[in-house]
Amino acid sequence: MDVLKVMTPGAYTTVQDAGRFGFQQMGVPVSGALDDFAFQVANLLVGNGRNRAVLEITIMGPRFEVMAEADMAIAGAQMNVSRNGDPLGSWCSFRVQPGDVLDIHQVQSGCRGYLAVSGGFDVPLIMGSHSTYVGGRLGGFAGRPLVAGDVLAVPGVAPAHRSRRLPEEWIPDYPGEILLRAIPGPQDHFFYQGLDTLFSADYMVTAKADRMGYRLQGPAVEMCEGMPPSIVSEPSMPGSIQIPADAQPIILFVEQTVGGYAKIATVVSVDLSCVAQATPGDTIRFESIDLERAHDLYREREALLEKIAAHLQ
Amino acid sequence: MPALLYEKTQFRTAGDRGLLVEYGEGIAPEVNRKVRAMAMVLDRHPVEGLVAIVPTYRALLIQYDPLTTGVTVLKQALLGLEERLASIAIPPPRTVEIPVCYGGDCGPDIEFVAATHGLGVDEVIRLHSTPAYPIYMIGFTPGFPFLGGLPEVLHTPRLETPRTHVPEGSVGIANAQTGIYPVASPGGWQLIGRTPLKLFEPAKKNPFLYQAGDCIRFVPISPERYATLVAERGA
Repeated sequence: MDVLKVMTPGAYTTVQDAGRFGFQQMGVPVSGALDDFAFQVANLLVGNGRNRAVLEITIMGPRFEVMAEADMAIAGAQMNVSRNGDPLGSWCSFRVQPGDVLDIHQVQSGCRGYLAVSGGFDVPLIMGSHSTYVGGRLGGFAGRPLVAGDVLAVPGVAPAHRSRRLPEEWIPDYPGEILLRAIPGPQDHFFYQGLDTLFSADYMVTAKADRMGYRLQGPAVEMCEGMPPSIVSEPSMPGSIQIPADAQPIILFVEQTVGGYAKIATVVSVDLSCVAQATPGDTIRFESIDLERAHDLYREREALLEKIAAHLQ
Repeated sequence: MPALLYEKTQFRTAGDRGLLVEYGEGIAPEVNRKVRAMAMVLDRHPVEGLVAIVPTYRALLIQYDPLTTGVTVLKQALLGLEERLASIAIPPPRTVEIPVCYGGDCGPDIEFVAATHGLGVDEVIRLHSTPAYPIYMIGFTPGFPFLGGLPEVLHTPRLETPRTHVPEGSVGIANAQTGIYPVASPGGWQLIGRTPLKLFEPAKKNPFLYQAGDCIRFVPISPERYATLVAERGA
């Protein structure tokens, strides 16, 4: 059932779910929603399971003509949303009717918003996922960001019997000064002074920040004397902090499979949402934590999402 | 750099969902054989909480779910399987034949490669299509195989200025490596030929023709045969 027609597509709007797992060894990156917290909450707000396909909206939102009755919700970056010119809230569900015009405006804080619809957006399942991988022109809506005239469908789920709202206490804010926790490795032994630099200096997010990676600018992260400038290419993880020849860190993200430079540390999974919401000019500071602590944080995040799911049910 | 198996497997932390298991230093067949054997054993004896295994030149990246397992358990399981490696029969690698139309529009750099080494174009084709190349790793783009075993006389530096568009199916050389571009992308490898085969079909149940650990052999075909196979593919 057709639900939304794209009137203007926004800056970079793609269909995403949790990601495409099990194909990295074939050179196909995991892709998926960059802010997995906002993405899952957006789904829960419209009564979906946590992993339905949503729209990831970057910086400047799209304008849609509504073609069918549905429940929708937007979570993540603070973007003003209006229906026929009347403002709507974020982190809460709203009902739309055929003929409505839905506007998602420029971001106020954060970088990426997630628009969920009851039932989830209906796009072909490619290699086990609905996520768009633009670099490989596959998945999502025709393997590319949305353009004017595209029509998005839903599987035809009846709207919910009530509206849902995320309690204030669980809504994250997106400050311009960001603390990222990271675990040293896998090539932390290439660095000595460099580790001290990374975990004490301020780094600025540059304009080269996208789904492949975030390039940062700040004090040079120096390798130990005699270390090779590159390594035998090996796979990366979302959050790997790679140090290329210019000694400026890059946080590798979800559209990356292999890299040939040493990785000094890895941002913990629960803080990747903060990277997803960072914009050029923001300041990043890294804090070193151990694996045990990172796993505690991971379990706490999962418990919180379960609590939210129970609350919104 | 000496290319050797480590006496003791090196575990490296790749964040809170990844464990990098290194079996040796550098690029060498015996190191990659161990990587391949471990990937195969893990495939047959699945370990709980394991999400994905990514084999590369000299290491396996183990992706795991921290809600169901931890690194202590994983390391034990991996070392246990490693001890049993000797008693587990590893089948010889599969060889996949890839037809290639060398030179002409399909391989615009073949004459440069030939001239660099003082060879004839025919000799470059013969040398390149002789070995069965082991696939050490797949990455960069979907299905891009990093192959070992390129004859030394064909080692050729990358282009000084990479192309912004390398057509799908192009076969190239970069230093000691040879490989294929399964999807069109920018690239700096010397292009010597092109295959009419579709190497990546995302909508298929098996989107790829080969995997890491297999071998690839290139089979020279004529421009006419290339055209026929391309036409058949489109039909």
